[in-house]
Amino acid sequence: MVTYREAMRQAIREALTRDDRAFLMGEDVGRYGGCYAVSLGLLEEFGPERIRDTPLSESAFVGAGIGAALNGMRPIVEIMTVNFSLLALDQIVNNAATLSYMSGGQFNVPLVIRMTTGAGRQLGAQHSHSLEGWYAHIPGLRALAPATLEDARGMLWPALQDPDPVIIFEHGTLYNIEGELADDAGPVDINTAAVRRPGDDVTIITYGGTMRTGLGAAEQLAGSGVSAEVIDLRCLRPLDTATIVSSVARTHRAVIVDEGWRTGSLAAEVSARIMEEVFYDLDAPVARVCSAEVPMPYAKHLEDAAIPQVADVVAAVQMLGG
Amino acid sequence: MTGATAARGGGAEPAGGPTGEKDHGIHLLQQMLRIRRFEERCAELYSHSLIRGFLHLDIGEEACAVGVIDTLSPDDAVVATYREHGHALARGISMRAAMAELEGKVEGCSRGRGGSMHLFDAATRFYGGNAIVGGGLPIAVGLALADHLQGRRVVTACFFGDGAVAEGEFHESMNLAALWHLPVLFCCENNLYAMGTALDRSESETDLSLKAASYRVPSWEVDGMDVLAVEDAARSAVETVRAGGGPHFLELRTYRFRAHSMYDPDRYRDKAEIEQWKQRDPIPLLAERLTASGVLTDGDLERIEGEVGAEVDDAVAFAEAGTYEATEDLERFVTSEPVRAGEAS
Repeated sequence: MVTYREAMRQAIREALTRDDRAFLMGEDVGRYGGCYAVSLGLLEEFGPERIRDTPLSESAFVGAGIGAALNGMRPIVEIMTVNFSLLALDQIVNNAATLSYMSGGQFNVPLVIRMTTGAGRQLGAQHSHSLEGWYAHIPGLRALAPATLEDARGMLWPALQDPDPVIIFEHGTLYNIEGELADDAGPVDINTAAVRRPGDDVTIITYGGTMRTGLGAAEQLAGSGVSAEVIDLRCLRPLDTATIVSSVARTHRAVIVDEGWRTGSLAAEVSARIMEEVFYDLDAPVARVCSAEVPMPYAKHLEDAAIPQVADVVAAVQMLGG
Repeated sequence: MTGATAARGGGAEPAGGPTGEKDHGIHLLQQMLRIRRFEERCAELYSHSLIRGFLHLDIGEEACAVGVIDTLSPDDAVVATYREHGHALARGISMRAAMAELEGKVEGCSRGRGGSMHLFDAATRFYGGNAIVGGGLPIAVGLALADHLQGRRVVTACFFGDGAVAEGEFHESMNLAALWHLPVLFCCENNLYAMGTALDRSESETDLSLKAASYRVPSWEVDGMDVLAVEDAARSAVETVRAGGGPHFLELRTYRFRAHSMYDPDRYRDKAEIEQWKQRDPIPLLAERLTASGVLTDGDLERIEGEVGAEVDDAVAFAEAGTYEATEDLERFVTSEPVRAGEAS
C-alpha cells in the first residue's frame, strides 16, 4: 500500500535519478521535508543542490525556475498552495507562458510547477481555494490534476519531458489516500481524460479533489438504478473535449463537478464545449456542482457546505430527470 | 578608484584609467552611434506609422548598454527591459533583424511576435525584451543558477531601470542571487525617472547601490554617461563574477534625452534639467576625448557616420522589403514545435 504522497515522492525520485538536469526547488522542500512531507528524505538522498530550499520569495524562485529551464535544466518548482502561487503569477503568466511565443519559438520553458490546491482541511480562505481554472485559461501552459495514485506517480515524468511549462495541481485532501500501486507503475499519458467508471445514463465530469466525490455519487446512484459514467479530466489544459463529448453523446446528460467557483469556472468551459459539440444530443440542460461563491470558511460545517459533496452531485443528477 | 566610479559593499575596485587603444575607442563610439542613429530613424518611422505600439528610445543612455555588453563573452547571457534596442544592437542582433521586428515583419528577430519591447535572439543569448518592470531579474537569477549547477563559467548580465528597485522582484532576486552566490551582474540604469515619477518621489532611500549592498551584493556607482567608466567598472565586475565572486551590482547613472515613450508629452521634467544632461551626451563626450588624445580625426568621424548611416538605410530597406507572417501561423509557438513530448509518449 502506498499513499498519494509517497507516489508523488517516488515520481520526484525517479525524475532526479533519471535526469541529471532535474532538481526540486521551493519553500521547505529540503530540511523540513516539504510542507506536506512529499519530499521527506529526498534532501538526504540527493543533497542540497538538487533539493533546494528557497526563501519565501515565490516570484523570484518561480522566475529562477523559468531562467534555469531556459538554460538547460529541468526544474521542478514546488509552491506550497495555489493561493501562494498568486505571488508568482507575474512570472507564470507573463514569462513562462509567453516566452516561446514572444521569441518566435527561439526559447522554450521546460518547467514543472507543483502546487497544492483545494479545500477540505479547515485551512480558511488563504490556503484552500481552487484556482486551477485560472491557470487553465492561459495559452502556453499545460495544467494537470492527478486524482489517483497512478497519476500522482506517473504525471511528473512526462510533464518534465514537455518542452513547455506544466503546472501540476495536487489536491490537499488526496495526500493521505492509500491504495495499491503496481511495482512497475510509471509514466502515464498527460493529454487525455479518463473514464473512471463506465455508465449509460449520465456523465459526471470532474477532476482532482472532487473526482472521488463523483465516484461516490455514481456508487449511490447505482443503488437507485441510475448508471453514471465518471470522467476524470486529468488534463485541464488542453482539455480533452473528445472524451467528454463522446460520453455525453451517449448518456445525453451531463453534470460537471468542480471545486472552483461557478462564475467563470472550468465547469463553465466544459459546459460550453458540450453545448457547442453535442447540444442536440442532450436530454436535459447541463448541470454544475461547484463551490459556493464565498471565500473558504474555517468552521467544518461551513466548509462542508461550501464545497461539492456526494449528496449535492446525487441531487444534481436526480434533478436532470429521465 | 576612477573619478567616475565609487565602490561599496566590499567589491574589488574597477581598474583605473581609460580603456585604451585607438581601435577600441573608435569601436565604442561606433557602437553608440549605431544605436543613436538607429533610434532616431525609429522615431521617424514611428511618425510615419511604420512602427506602432510602444516605442521606448534609449537615446542618451547608450553608454550603459555599450560599456557593459562590450565586456561580455559570447557565452554570456543578457536579460534586458522594454528599452532594449541599444542592448540588442550592442549584443550583436543585426540592425536588419531589429528593424524588421519593429516593423512587425517575420524576418524580425522575434518574427514580429514581440515588437520593440520584446527583442529576442537565441544565437547571442539575448533573453528579451521584458516589459514587466522587474520581471527579468528572477529569470536572470535562474539563468545563472543553471550555469552554477552545470559548472559553467558564464555571466548573466541583467539590465533594469531605477523604477525596478521599487518592485518586490528586485529585492527577492537580489537576496536569492546573493544567498546562492550566483553569477549575475545586475545593471541598474538609473535615469532618475520611473516613467514620469522622479526617483525621490518613488524611493525613501534614493541611493540605489546602498539597497544592493544591503543584500551583501558588492555595488558600484558609475557615471553612465561615460562609456569608458562604464566599461572599466563592468570589466572588473564581470571578471569577478566569472571567477566565482557572486553577484555584483552596477548603478549606472544616466539620463534619457527623449520622453519615456512616443506617447509621453514629458510634462514632468524641467527643460533646463534635460538641457543640462545633454551637455553630458555620451557620444560627443567620447568623441571629444578621442579627438583630444589624437585617436579620432574629423575624417574618422565622417567615415563612421557614413558607415552607420548606410547600415541604418540598409536595415530600413530590409525591413520594408520584409514580409508579414501568414495569419494561418498565428497560433504557432504558443507551445514548442514540432511535437509535444506528452503526445509522443
